[in-house]
Amino acid sequence: MKVLRLGIGLAIVFAASWALAQGMADKGATDKRRSGTQDMGEALQKMQDDDTANPGMLFVQLGGQLWGKAAGAAGKSCADCHGGAASMKGVAARYPAIPKDADAPVDLEGRINLCRTANQQAAGFPPESRELLALAAYVAHQSRGLPIAPPDDPKLVPFRLKGQDLWKVRQGQLNLSCAICHDDNAGRKLAGVTIPEAHPTGYPIYRLEWQTLGSLKRRLRNCLAGIRAEPYAYDATEYVMLDLFLMDRARGMMLESPGVRP
Amino acid sequence: MLRPGLLAAALALAAPAAVAQQIAPQIVGDGIPASLTGQPGDAARGRAIVANRGIGLCLLCHSGPIAEERFQGDLSPSLAGAGSRWSEGQLRLRIVDGARLNADTIMPAYYRTSGLQRVARNFDGKTILSAAQVEDVVAYLATLKD
Repeated sequence: MKVLRLGIGLAIVFAASWALAQGMADKGATDKRRSGTQDMGEALQKMQDDDTANPGMLFVQLGGQLWGKAAGAAGKSCADCHGGAASMKGVAARYPAIPKDADAPVDLEGRINLCRTANQQAAGFPPESRELLALAAYVAHQSRGLPIAPPDDPKLVPFRLKGQDLWKVRQGQLNLSCAICHDDNAGRKLAGVTIPEAHPTGYPIYRLEWQTLGSLKRRLRNCLAGIRAEPYAYDATEYVMLDLFLMDRARGMMLESPGVRP
Repeated sequence: MLRPGLLAAALALAAPAAVAQQIAPQIVGDGIPASLTGQPGDAARGRAIVANRGIGLCLLCHSGPIAEERFQGDLSPSLAGAGSRWSEGQLRLRIVDGARLNADTIMPAYYRTSGLQRVARNFDGKTILSAAQVEDVVAYLATLKD
């Protein structure tokens, strides 16, 4: 009897794992979306995957130090309220979001600065500052390997739709939209370089071209400059709205922060 | 004696190019038959403009018979044979404002400042190429017979 039960048990386990594997295979077959990682050469993929070679990990380390450091008039550290890094698991996968009692969404960096000003009573970090990127990288790193999972907050919908409009509108002297390159021509070569699908899977990201870590905002500003459009102001909600749209477009894809790109 | 003469000729060419910005190119059928400057372009200069990623930008999207530029695009048809496919007038309209022929084209209008949104301050009110540069590119593309 024991042997029979064990046999049935094993069969059930096998059947379940086979079904799971099939489900994942089906999902892999139907989901044609590609992270920019897949378009990089093997050397860069290895650099991203190896924590001792990924330069973004230096920022994660710095972020870890800042996390435990008291700041502002309140004399509190992030850890004083949030505890250890584990409390941040999944957070980056669901941002941007609307803070409690607010009516507009903020991105991850915006949320960090809200904590600075409201809870620590300290000045917010400047955009693209080392400290802000380091804390964002530290928080985002806790979600590495998790699927992007934007919240189903109905209040986000109009902002996301506005982000979609911004994605599709032609602008700049070259009169191009984000969608023309990254939807309609993704995978083709622009000046010999493969156009990525623009999924925000690895932010903040270490670009070799920048020789530093940078936010999605910086990347969006690069594209705007490329089409010779006036970049939105650093504190503009347009970036948050584009972020919302892109995170929804990448829903279910795996976070890789800190990513490495050429 | 030759040098001042050349300089004067260059200045003479530059002046009508600046004024030409005010003049709307005359579209006839699916082309602009007349030179924007009233002068023929220079094919050698045109080749340099096409090859330059910061001026002509052409090879970002197109490929073309310019072997020394290794990194070329494949979003758009090759420029090879453009001179056999199109007349100079047809080439000129396609460069000046391709949207007149295909509203959905992704090709920027190289000699139009109207109808654009949120143009960066340093490019606002400016065309991508000057009239003289358009003519140089037309002259170059017209030489691409195969």
